[in-house]
Amino acid sequence: MTGVRVAGVGLTPFGEHAGRTGRDLFAEAALAALDDAGVAGDDVEHLNYGNFMGALAERQGHQAPLMAEAAGLRCAGTRYEEACASAGVAVREAVRAVRSGENDVMLAGGMERMTNLSTAEVTESLAVAADELFEVRAGVTFPGAYALMARAYFDEYGGGREDLAHVAAKNHANAVNNEYAQYQREITVEQALDSPAVASPLHLFDACPITDGASALVLVSEEYAEEHDLDAPVAITGTGQGGDRAALQDRTDMARTPAAADAAAEAYGDAGVASDEVDVAEVHDCFTIAEVMALEALDFFDPGEGIGAARRGDTTRDGDLPVNLSGGLKAKGHPVGATGGSQIAEMTRILRGDHPNSDAVPDATVGLTHNAGGTVASAVVHVLEVAE
Amino acid sequence: MSDPDPDAPADTGYDEWADALAEGGYYIECANGHGNLPPRRVCPDCGSTDLSEEPLPDVGAVATFSEVHVAPSGFGEEPPYVTAVVDFGPVRVTGIVRELSADEIEIGTAVRPDVEHNDATDKRLVVFRPA
Ligand SMILES: [Zn+2]
Repeated sequence: MTGVRVAGVGLTPFGEHAGRTGRDLFAEAALAALDDAGVAGDDVEHLNYGNFMGALAERQGHQAPLMAEAAGLRCAGTRYEEACASAGVAVREAVRAVRSGENDVMLAGGMERMTNLSTAEVTESLAVAADELFEVRAGVTFPGAYALMARAYFDEYGGGREDLAHVAAKNHANAVNNEYAQYQREITVEQALDSPAVASPLHLFDACPITDGASALVLVSEEYAEEHDLDAPVAITGTGQGGDRAALQDRTDMARTPAAADAAAEAYGDAGVASDEVDVAEVHDCFTIAEVMALEALDFFDPGEGIGAARRGDTTRDGDLPVNLSGGLKAKGHPVGATGGSQIAEMTRILRGDHPNSDAVPDATVGLTHNAGGTVASAVVHVLEVAE
Repeated sequence: MSDPDPDAPADTGYDEWADALAEGGYYIECANGHGNLPPRRVCPDCGSTDLSEEPLPDVGAVATFSEVHVAPSGFGEEPPYVTAVVDFGPVRVTGIVRELSADEIEIGTAVRPDVEHNDATDKRLVVFRPA
């Protein structure tokens, strides 16, 4: 089995790109990744592309060949759809393709356009990730589903809105220096607490924004990197995926995310890395409570301890385990089908030392990314390590 | 013809289950005692295909709930409305709570299931009423 290196990463700024097409966004990210890698498009053997709601938002299905064309690739592409974990699973399958020896150079990433829809339409489109019969018809929205999980968590373990507000404030603080982030500004805990209710107990500042954007990674085999003398110091050493019952009502415990725990266990085992060896993490904080549940599923904190992590300073940039130095989905933005790729792009930059927040973790050698689909009916976890 | 949209696909298993909630409802039990909601051909917990319909307990307890302030377009429900997951023992069921405001609901509140017709979506809507 060959090792996999992240040869290059590319992102569009995350935010509102109302006048641009999805193909233009993805082309920007893909060309940036190829340029960063120093790899010619002609060497790319396959595009693994993540997208969730394109058929609803842009009336565009069959996006993979379209995106390969837009990126100037003369190879086949496959679209991966796993709700908000679409790009995460696209990257995971690219890692598996390189490891198997089947491919030496893969482009993986994703794109989502969301701001061209009204808030109500986005709410409706995201709800498609829930169980249509037993949740969507019963009025469960995406924020509503996480709200159900948040109340279940508070009931089981304690904690409350103020703890969640600290998560929001932390991630906004991290986004200030990130040129790709949608909200490059700080917010206070009080502002988060005072923001309007979306789905109680969650308020507006507990939620990630509606975002357009694209992400792309050039993944290569170690042999290709060596032959072409690429500067690719970061390796993806672990990958894992977990699944769970689609509807919250069908899960044993609505305050836990076993799909993420399973994905993490697989990724840790794959990399031969223990959770306490992770120096820095990017986790899927589509809602503040999601970051809390992720920290526990990833075995960084015991059940009930994750809720206080930001408030205690454990996960702030000067804490023992900085989480979401990019700003997270909360402040960086969440173009759903692009997010999993952007997390790995950000983590690669953090570990290479060329991220604006790399100085928070100058000695970091092990990073983890956690990308979740829907209410974590699916989850993809990757371990990244500095290989040289 | 009574069906307002004769071309609409029937949601076999689900529609019958939702309609039955007006009379108390049922759930699917496998040979190993796992409870699930229809439609099912196989128990997702153990793989058993020996499934039977069992009566849903008359009263359930709210397991978690949320007052939703931003509703999907075209859903019909005027926000705020309260969505709850209700524990009936062998199964949990998700629906909208009627006749109680968010302030009057807490985890453990006893409710009974019912079904309404959602005029906006022309689908069945699972609701809960105070027990
Ligand atoms: Zn069973």
